[in-house]
Amino acid sequence: MVKKSIHEINRKIEDGSVNVVTAEEMVAIVEDLGVEGAAKEVDVVTTGTFGAMCSSGVMLNLGHSEPPIKIQKVWFNNVEAYSGVAAVDAYLGAAQISDTRGIQYGGAHVIEDLLRGKEINVHATSYGTDCYPRKVLDTTITLEDLNEAILLNPRNAYQKYAAAINSSKRILNTYMGELLPNFGNVTYSGAGVLSPLSNDPDYETIGMGTRIFMGGAQGYVIGTGTQHSPSNGFGTLMIKGNLKEMNPDYLRAASFTGYGTTLYVGMGIPIPILNERLAATTAVRDEDITTNILDYAVGSRDKPVVRKVNYAELRSGHVQIEEKDVPTSSLSSFKKARQIASELKQWINHGEFFISVPVERLPCEGLAKPMKETQAVPLVKDVMSEFIVTIKRNQTVQDAAKKIWENSFNHLAVISDTGELVGILTAWDISKAVAANCFDSVESVMTKRVLTCAPNEPVDLAARRLDRYGVSAMPVIDTHNRVLGIITSDNISKLLARRY
Amino acid sequence: MKIKISIPTERIQNPIISESIIETGILINIMVANIDSTYGELIADVSDIRFDRIKRALESRGAIVSILDRPIHRDEEECVECGACISVCPMNVYAFDELWNVHVDEKKCIQCGLCIKMCPHAALKLGE
Repeated sequence: MVKKSIHEINRKIEDGSVNVVTAEEMVAIVEDLGVEGAAKEVDVVTTGTFGAMCSSGVMLNLGHSEPPIKIQKVWFNNVEAYSGVAAVDAYLGAAQISDTRGIQYGGAHVIEDLLRGKEINVHATSYGTDCYPRKVLDTTITLEDLNEAILLNPRNAYQKYAAAINSSKRILNTYMGELLPNFGNVTYSGAGVLSPLSNDPDYETIGMGTRIFMGGAQGYVIGTGTQHSPSNGFGTLMIKGNLKEMNPDYLRAASFTGYGTTLYVGMGIPIPILNERLAATTAVRDEDITTNILDYAVGSRDKPVVRKVNYAELRSGHVQIEEKDVPTSSLSSFKKARQIASELKQWINHGEFFISVPVERLPCEGLAKPMKETQAVPLVKDVMSEFIVTIKRNQTVQDAAKKIWENSFNHLAVISDTGELVGILTAWDISKAVAANCFDSVESVMTKRVLTCAPNEPVDLAARRLDRYGVSAMPVIDTHNRVLGIITSDNISKLLARRY
Repeated sequence: MKIKISIPTERIQNPIISESIIETGILINIMVANIDSTYGELIADVSDIRFDRIKRALESRGAIVSILDRPIHRDEEECVECGACISVCPMNVYAFDELWNVHVDEKKCIQCGLCIKMCPHAALKLGE
């Protein structure tokens, strides 16, 4: 039985005899020496990750102005920060977007600009009090001018993350990047073998007060992250560090097209090898860490699982989906994760970084809950018109015109002989046919690529689709492509009229 | 080689691509075509030795032809080597090397622009 203490390891760091390896190197060491041998040999295993961590931000203290102001609202380069904390403190979130530049520039970019020493415009407003009479403030600041700039990230370092795919027929722009139609690609995030929490999944050494590598400086774990969900392998950490000591190599702003801004955070956690158990967990390989590939074509919280996958498959460049080789993209940088793990290793080897004893352990059990909602979300089936006029594909344009006129219904669902939806025909299509003097079958003038929706989809999603494609109605179909009804912009406006 | 053919507004009504192909008998493989009523821009592949002839034929009809030497530019400072670009590229321009650097094979690029929208760090832009 191997038993070491953090104090013993720190003494070795002091006298330069410590043996530090990265989590990637540890895999082969445990294979060679076995768990016991590795536990005797290795003192610290360093981990690293560098990826998009939207739940990040910076707590700033601006110092007091003359005359003083109790800031009520504040913007940094037109990105709003939260200032409902005392007079001149503000929390700027990485995902907040610019009022003027939209998702091109956000809180994350302000953080990177501060770090690079650039000047930032500050605009603040207030209601004015006897003690803080000033109502408007405009100034420019740099990182140096601030009393404090503490990077304070509520949810970082996800143990692992679900991968993304898209079964729909159009490109989706998501926080998992651009997802190509028809299962065209898979995107994923996470450092696999180097992932900090996957190397100590029982949080035996990672706890409140653990000293870590954060953005190129020394930072700390200050507790579990929000949405910490250890029971299903999705633990998270809340971390803090001094932005003034960080390095832009390890902290980068990013913007995902169609989604918004985020901060790429570089962090690494040293895991002291106190016993065999930790030698075993730090020998985790890419193939041991599994996650799900989720279909982002479904715009709801619970996305269907397309398949299970491990990080070795994801990192190989391709995964098999329905007998097709689908290319993968990583959104986090493995190269940077490696750099972080080896830089942290160097710090420890050079006696610049000591292992800390956590003051409290993190809970290993528990699941994040979904939101409690008190207002039921209306579904398509609740508002759709069940009355729909159908026409067979081989009927004439004149038949169609007659049906529209008789039923005073503007959309005809065109169906096959077996009752499946094959197209849609509107009064407008008929006018076009008349104008072109084309009186063939319905099939030749109908719209063939029909937008449809499912009865159990939330109305919000259907409305978003109608708006996006500029159409006024969509047939509602079942899984066999049979028409159940139709949802029109009329149905949706009636719903709103009821609500307000 | 990859070439870019720009068709100015005043020539957009003429079938100058077809005319040039018929005149020279040179086959070009059109990979990207953005054409509307005001302007046209195509990316095509043509064999190196036939480039001069097809260029003359196209330019005599008012098109502007240029070689795409560096169809895509990567800002090495901005790039974090995440590899987000890899899976969206239809031409396999991007790949990891053994050290997990993103390797860019520019010659394969057809300027479809998918990677530019994908890159979270705005590190990619189309070259001229």
